[in-house]
Amino acid sequence: MSLTPPENRLWWKEPLHGIEITWITIAFLWGLLMFGVMVYWHMTGEQNLSNEAYRINPDVYAEKVEAAAEKYTVRVDEQSGMPVVRPPAGTDVYMLARLWEWWPILELEKGKEYRLHLSSLDWMHGFSLQPTNINLQIHPNYEMVLTIKPTETGEFGIICNEFCGIGHHEMLGKMIIVE
Amino acid sequence: MTTSTFRTCPDTGFKVYSSAENLIKANAVAGVVFLAVGGLFGLLVALTRWQAVHLLPADMFYLALTAHGADILIFWIIFFEIAILYFASAILLNCRLATPRVAWLGFALMLIGSVMANVAVLQGESSVMFTSYVPMQADHKFYLGLILFAVGALVAVGVFFGTLVIAKKEKTYEGSVPLVTFGAITAAIIAVYTILSGAVILVPTWLWSLGLIGEIDTLTYRVVWWGFGHSSQQINMAAMVASWYAIAAITVGAKPISEKVSRMAFLLYILFLLLASAHHLLTDPGLSSEWKVVNTSYALFLAVLGSLIHGMSVPGAIEVAQRKNGFTQGVFGWLRKAPWGNPAFAGMFLSIVLFGFLGGITGVIMGTEQLNLIMHNTLYVPGHFHGTVAAGTTLAFMALAYIVVPLLFRRELIFKRLAQWQPYLFGLGITGLSIFMMAAGTLGVSRRHWDMAFSDASLTFDYPPAAFLIMAMNGISGIIASIGGIAFIIVIVGTILFGKKRDEEAVKSNPIVYQGGSTAVSSHGSAESLHIPGTAILVSVFFGAFVLYYFINWKYLSEIWPLS
Ligand code: HEM
Ligand SMILES: [Cu+2]
Ligand SMILES: [Cu+2]
Repeated sequence: MSLTPPENRLWWKEPLHGIEITWITIAFLWGLLMFGVMVYWHMTGEQNLSNEAYRINPDVYAEKVEAAAEKYTVRVDEQSGMPVVRPPAGTDVYMLARLWEWWPILELEKGKEYRLHLSSLDWMHGFSLQPTNINLQIHPNYEMVLTIKPTETGEFGIICNEFCGIGHHEMLGKMIIVE
Repeated sequence: MTTSTFRTCPDTGFKVYSSAENLIKANAVAGVVFLAVGGLFGLLVALTRWQAVHLLPADMFYLALTAHGADILIFWIIFFEIAILYFASAILLNCRLATPRVAWLGFALMLIGSVMANVAVLQGESSVMFTSYVPMQADHKFYLGLILFAVGALVAVGVFFGTLVIAKKEKTYEGSVPLVTFGAITAAIIAVYTILSGAVILVPTWLWSLGLIGEIDTLTYRVVWWGFGHSSQQINMAAMVASWYAIAAITVGAKPISEKVSRMAFLLYILFLLLASAHHLLTDPGLSSEWKVVNTSYALFLAVLGSLIHGMSVPGAIEVAQRKNGFTQGVFGWLRKAPWGNPAFAGMFLSIVLFGFLGGITGVIMGTEQLNLIMHNTLYVPGHFHGTVAAGTTLAFMALAYIVVPLLFRRELIFKRLAQWQPYLFGLGITGLSIFMMAAGTLGVSRRHWDMAFSDASLTFDYPPAAFLIMAMNGISGIIASIGGIAFIIVIVGTILFGKKRDEEAVKSNPIVYQGGSTAVSSHGSAESLHIPGTAILVSVFFGAFVLYYFINWKYLSEIWPLS
């Protein structure tokens, strides 16, 4: 019984059963395969997170985002009063997280690549782009840069999905993808 | 030279020292109290996330969610685990408990700590979730409570190791320790590592909350915190699997098919623990893909190998035992004729199945570097871990309680009918919670979020209508799970307070330990004699589901925007 010492005092010398060996082998190979798939996807898959990140002072980051917004604002969103920023395709685009907003609204072109910069000015936030379903952890003092290529047009919500205090559920941003 | 007195258990024949017995009772009861409190908060949370009901206001919701996580994941589970450690050392080895006074000190620290953390949360200044990510700050009592609790748990783990030493020295058992004790040792070793990482992160955080030290880096916090948060889940795994083996032995007389394989599988938990915390950090900036892939692979997949092995060993042991007990009909006769009316057996078997299908498969998938980004921080995450810690660990511990409470308190279970239904009700409710939260997460619904309609936001966003329906079903599942939880509390507390005394008559007429087992003695190890076709089929079905669902998720991933 499992509640009493092993009956066979030399239990470690018992041979394995065939079915046990088979299952352990399959399970082990499956683990190896799952490891291989991650590596394979890095080589051939289209959805991989970048490894690009920088330490940055929140004030410096805020200046960068504001500078870009100043340059490329095309209009003001009526509902929220937030600037809608439309940088040229293929360039760097900036968004910041702070209690409790994603700022500014970005307008990007479908099928074009952008280098998206993300960081927080205060607490941790969660970048959850919906409905496409891309979810990233956003830290203060770290600037994350990843290349994105929108494949569909429309208005996308950016939900904060890292709990960030009492206004967490009001923290909603927007990304507009146009032709 | 022991002052402690002992009795011989009329059911099991084990020597039960009163010092050990009292500590097991105290820890188990404290655990059950926190399960009740934490479960109540869980219900409030589930009813708030059911958008049409939306029970609590926002601040109370975040408070309740913090309390739910802390009370149920930390306090309920760890109190009960300490009870299991004492049971697996003092009782199974027929030994007195090392330094009972110190053990009581540990218990007192845990109790003070858990009450202090609860007070801090209920006062409303500590709604930071049990992960308490900086720079969000809780009241300093919250961190101090967690620290005291952890120190108390470390003391208890020390008493456990001390007891093993005494048992060895006084030769209270022969040969190697029993498998269940081995599993408990696994849990205890991991607990030491866990609690130390917890100290490394919580002590500075506490000092920071007192204003004694400056800023704490958020990424460092997450790396170290999950060193503690993840490995504590390995403790739960080890304790849960040890409970499966124990319950299978007691209810149907199951013996491990191979001591070597089962012990090796436990060892894998210890060996591949180190940086499995990486799978909580897969979408964080500042950590390289190589680091993520390597740490999730060796650490996660090899520990998973351990679980996959247990996933065959435990049902296999039950099948062998049942066939010896005479249920040899067909491939599944042993399963059909299993004691499904015994809540200990039913809870254990449901725990195995639900843990594997709901918690295990999804955990590996979320722990895959790229796949994580379609689930991170969505409701998929709580969906997954209600499969592991609620359907798996909690249900296994409930099942164990149906055995341990009558044995130690010497009382008959009351409300037998209710007890029979309890594992099914709770299992069904948790299954619903798990599946519906995962479904909502697949639609992108955020975890820890008060308002999926975003009515107070300055912009608008609509989740698909299906998401609202799913969250309603989730609320209903929460109600079912709560009824199952309440049934458990009623039966256990009722048994302790009002249960009929378990006299000699009852021991004979209503045995707790399976009686036929002793006649079916045979030794292990001959490859030919192992006949477990039913288990082979169950394991194949599980593996097929695993592979299928794994690749479905890669398909989902390939449909989102290209990222690099
Ligand atoms: C009556 C049974 C239960 C119900 C109704 C319930 C309900 C819920 C719900 C709806 C959430 C997710 C809320 C959100 O993220 O917005 C949640 C979170 C959670 N549950 Fe449960 N649950 C129950 C039992 C359990 C058990 C038995 C455990 C563990 C042993 C558990 C552990 C957790 C944890 C750790 C969280 C995460 C808290 C956080 O995000 O900080 N729950 N529960
Ligand atoms: Cu936020
Ligand atoms: Cu937030």
